[in-house]
Amino acid sequence: MKIVVLVKYVPEPTASWRYAQDLTLDRAGVEGRLSELDEYAVEQALQLIEKGLDAEIVYLTMGPAKAVDGLRKALSMGGTSGVHVLDDALHGSDAMATSAVLAKALEHVGFDLVMTGMASTDAEMSVVPAMVAARLGVPQVTFAASIEVEGSLVKIRRDSDSGSQFVEASLPAVVSVTDQTGEARYPSFKGIMAGKKKPVETLTLADVGVEPAAVGAGAARSVTRSASERPPRAAGTVVVDEGEGAAQIVQYLAANKFV
Amino acid sequence: MPAVLVLVERADGAVRKPTLELLTLARRLGDPVALVLGPADDDTVATLGRYGAGTVYVVDAPELTDYLVVPHAEAVTEVARQVDPVCVLVTSGPDGKEIAARVAVALDSGIITDAVDIAPSDSGPVVTQSVFSGSWLADSTVTSGTPVVTVRPNSATPEEAPTTPTVQQADVAFSDLARTAKVTGTTAKESTGRPDLTDAAIVVAGGRGMGSPEAFGMLEQLADALGGAVAASRAATDMGWYGHEFQVGQTGKTVAPQLYLASGISGAIQHRAGMQGSKTIVAVNKDPKAPIFAIADFGVVGDLHTIVPAVIEELGKR
Repeated sequence: MKIVVLVKYVPEPTASWRYAQDLTLDRAGVEGRLSELDEYAVEQALQLIEKGLDAEIVYLTMGPAKAVDGLRKALSMGGTSGVHVLDDALHGSDAMATSAVLAKALEHVGFDLVMTGMASTDAEMSVVPAMVAARLGVPQVTFAASIEVEGSLVKIRRDSDSGSQFVEASLPAVVSVTDQTGEARYPSFKGIMAGKKKPVETLTLADVGVEPAAVGAGAARSVTRSASERPPRAAGTVVVDEGEGAAQIVQYLAANKFV
Repeated sequence: MPAVLVLVERADGAVRKPTLELLTLARRLGDPVALVLGPADDDTVATLGRYGAGTVYVVDAPELTDYLVVPHAEAVTEVARQVDPVCVLVTSGPDGKEIAARVAVALDSGIITDAVDIAPSDSGPVVTQSVFSGSWLADSTVTSGTPVVTVRPNSATPEEAPTTPTVQQADVAFSDLARTAKVTGTTAKESTGRPDLTDAAIVVAGGRGMGSPEAFGMLEQLADALGGAVAASRAATDMGWYGHEFQVGQTGKTVAPQLYLASGISGAIQHRAGMQGSKTIVAVNKDPKAPIFAIADFGVVGDLHTIVPAVIEELGKR
């Protein structure tokens, strides 16, 4: 069996982000990392194998040259190999184009189970797993808080405000996992050394069969017209509690008509 | 006026407030056409009419409860094809975003998620998003296909525009793929009796400083005294002190209430991303350097374990 985990190399969430001239996120000026939410998918893939599933794990990413660092991070946690779709034409691709490229790359690589995080920590759209499943024409079993594979079935629990749903589908399928699936492991020193030696294949758009004109900023189906930094919230009043703190809060709430 | 397709969300049979917000926003762009998935009773139709839906489409099929997401997306796509709207509006949330994603693929349309505002323009709806953890506002338009937009709850105040809707039943020929992710069981959560976190005008939130699940019992009392909802930071939900479904922040819910009262929350960027759209922020934290104080309208440096009970007591006297 082949598990392909989709991973994204994203700007460090704690860094100060800004727009580039073309109103895309300035990725060059910010340190990057493997998206934290993708680490949960990596962890769950590794756990499936540790629980006895006979499978290889391939990590698939799409992004600029530095994105290989995200693959290496995942490979240091475990897994077999990496695939990097790298092409200058990809810059500025929207979710529609991203999902199209990932679906083509998945068909090229082959898969039984596609695993992803619940969202990227940069765009935070949460739409790519559903789009990839739609383009591949395979079941989507998404926002899993827990996951099991039994034979050719994948079973998940999907939590919502009103309760939980238990969902199952036949493989091949696309599964996204939430941050409720359990902390991702830290790579060991041995894992980091081993990860550096694992094979990473680089593919161009031509390799996966996507026309350059179908991706990138030029093909984006939405465009950011303008962006402005929100004025910082005006500094409020901060008092030190000397026995009056509670009364002061209630006075503030009353003055603002909350009570 | 062109049609604007609004996907209706319901909870316990009642139309949810974010749907009323969508209908209100839709009227800026054209005539709202509401789409109900599942049976539509008179109350549902009347509520949608009160907020301006001239037409209510109803798709009722067992696939909608038996299978995940895909049947819903196919129903929206089918009705969108019939109605040819200038925009499809869906509430942001796990289900809404995935439905919107598949509708965008099916219609080969641009999609914009997590809108906080929307306005008409000559080049179609201009959608405002709050980006980079809420520190920037970006205005975008869809340039290809029917714009599919998901809108965050609390992005508008519902306004009535009463009309008597025409009800249309729509048949959808579901694909085989729609019947592949089978829902084999469900468990329902007990209602807390408090307002929905994403809809609540007042949110009382606790973080790492709470220190225990019991301390959240105290926050519930405070929330009940104020008529608000209870929320928690990821630190608190990861500790198991309060339910994950109440988590506010990057991997939880985004809220924008009139009042956000943060107790024992330091205000890490991941948390601020989920709450800094709040109109008023009040914070209690023992660390005077906590980043939450930089965005709080009113802050008290002190021990929440004495301050919160005292606030509850003070409120009880009023």
